[in-house]
Amino acid sequence: MSRILALDTSTDACSVALWCDGRVEGQFELAAKSHTQRLLPMVDEVLSEAGLSLSQLDAIAYGRGPGSFTGLRICLGVVQGLAFGADLPVVPVSTLQGMAQGWLSARPERQQWPVLPALDARMSEVYWGLYQWHDGVAEAMVKEAVSAPEAVVDAVQGQSLDAFTGCGAGWHYPPLQSLKPLSCEQQWYPDARALVVLAARALAQGAVQAADQAEPLYLRDTVSWKKRERIRR
Amino acid sequence: MRVLGIETSCDETGVAIYDGERGLLAHALYSQIDLHAEYGGVVPELASRDHVRKLLPLIEQVMAECGSQKEDIDAICYTAGPGLIGALMVGASLGRALAYAWGVPAVGVHHMEGHLLAPMLEASPPAFPFVALLVSGGHTQLVAVKGIGQYEMLGESLDDAAGEAFDKAAKMLDLDYPGGPHIARLAERGTPGRFTFPRPMVDRPGLDFSFSGLKTYTLNTVAEHAQVDGLPDEQTCADIAHAFQEAVVGTLAIKCRRALEQTGLKTLIIAGGVSANTRLRTELEAALGKIGARVYYARPAFCTDNGAMIAYAGCQRLMAGQRESLAVNVKARWPLDSLPPL
Repeated sequence: MSRILALDTSTDACSVALWCDGRVEGQFELAAKSHTQRLLPMVDEVLSEAGLSLSQLDAIAYGRGPGSFTGLRICLGVVQGLAFGADLPVVPVSTLQGMAQGWLSARPERQQWPVLPALDARMSEVYWGLYQWHDGVAEAMVKEAVSAPEAVVDAVQGQSLDAFTGCGAGWHYPPLQSLKPLSCEQQWYPDARALVVLAARALAQGAVQAADQAEPLYLRDTVSWKKRERIRR
Repeated sequence: MRVLGIETSCDETGVAIYDGERGLLAHALYSQIDLHAEYGGVVPELASRDHVRKLLPLIEQVMAECGSQKEDIDAICYTAGPGLIGALMVGASLGRALAYAWGVPAVGVHHMEGHLLAPMLEASPPAFPFVALLVSGGHTQLVAVKGIGQYEMLGESLDDAAGEAFDKAAKMLDLDYPGGPHIARLAERGTPGRFTFPRPMVDRPGLDFSFSGLKTYTLNTVAEHAQVDGLPDEQTCADIAHAFQEAVVGTLAIKCRRALEQTGLKTLIIAGGVSANTRLRTELEAALGKIGARVYYARPAFCTDNGAMIAYAGCQRLMAGQRESLAVNVKARWPLDSLPPL
């Protein structure tokens, strides 16, 4: 028995969901560049509609990345504020796994094949993972990563899969199309309503953090910011 | 009213608790200077990442330091601009959400209003009206201040901010970021009078500033005296630092005096990172003493970015009834004179 609020702003989408003992309610909208304006009002609406206050929750889950760096921090900031303020633990959830969870649970016929969610990481790279349906959950088959599209192609071919599907904006890179997925939808986003299902499992297993320990997972940690050159020191 | 103030507009994470009756109760700062010095300036993405790691621990720290429980905090204020947009979002998102969780009001604070009011945190604060010189890495402004939110822009830099000029001159002399303190330290060993740098725009009427010409002059002087490795000898570097600092300080002092004469006011406050410069303080005291005016400034820790000034400014606006909705708005640019008066 648990109540979890989940938030995600890792892409152009902004979503908030509430898990109440297996029932999921929530809101999802495309809100590019306006996450800061929309996120807290959506939290308030979702809680009000359920007649719940923060103090009645067991945890707050968040899309911890990968995704837009700024988006991840907006979400984490709000989550840390809510969780610290209400003395709640937080549950980090992979945005890629969340995408796969939403994709596979939306249509049962998709569940017989793995899915490759991909987000555009800019700089000609994608954030990607590979997930298969098992016991109601999208389980990771490989470690999520940031890679050049060509490297994704090599990695997937190494898996010798019979077939798979794809989702997410990262699929716009032409090399990925050569993988010929059974179906592919680029307009597919992480959604708190799917993330919260994974969060409920994680909470049941005790995979929680204190609010001040929460951090985004950027995956890309070595952007080549140019260090200055010194003359004498 | 007891407020929690949060500052994350650039490369320093600042948190403070200010009580409308008892004054400043606690403040803490985490400076990212060491992180950015390696790059010769602030890297916005790294700054934002560091704010995320440091903010909540700092909030816990100041609350513990002054023995404030969650129930004791009546409101939260955070810097909403101007500044690095990604960095601002960290403090604003967390601050607004925390206020929501605690069921208390929140308000977004203008970073430069925070600086402008920082001298109010000192034991004998100035009284309105006064002229404010805001000098930092991002701003060089002269403002006539009748009261909180009653700001009339008298003049500002047409190009580089004074602090930015210090940073750039420091780089030319192979000194670290931020340049101000390093130039000042080197200038102490400089020979007065060996070089005389131009005071930009002092021969023209008006209260605007320009520091880009001074930057070029500095670069040319460095090049003229450069040795094989591209730098002048150590004494010449010190002499250049001295001449550069004298030119900036002299220019600021002339314009401040002019602003006081033009407005007929007798009080000047200086705020922002460059206001920590000792040479600027003594020069202003000398120049303005002659016309019977007094200079006020904050302690050095409250000249640079800090949470205390945000808590103070926010507290004033909250006590006047100002409130923020649940929509969080941060602005990279935000004219000071567009703020509502209290």
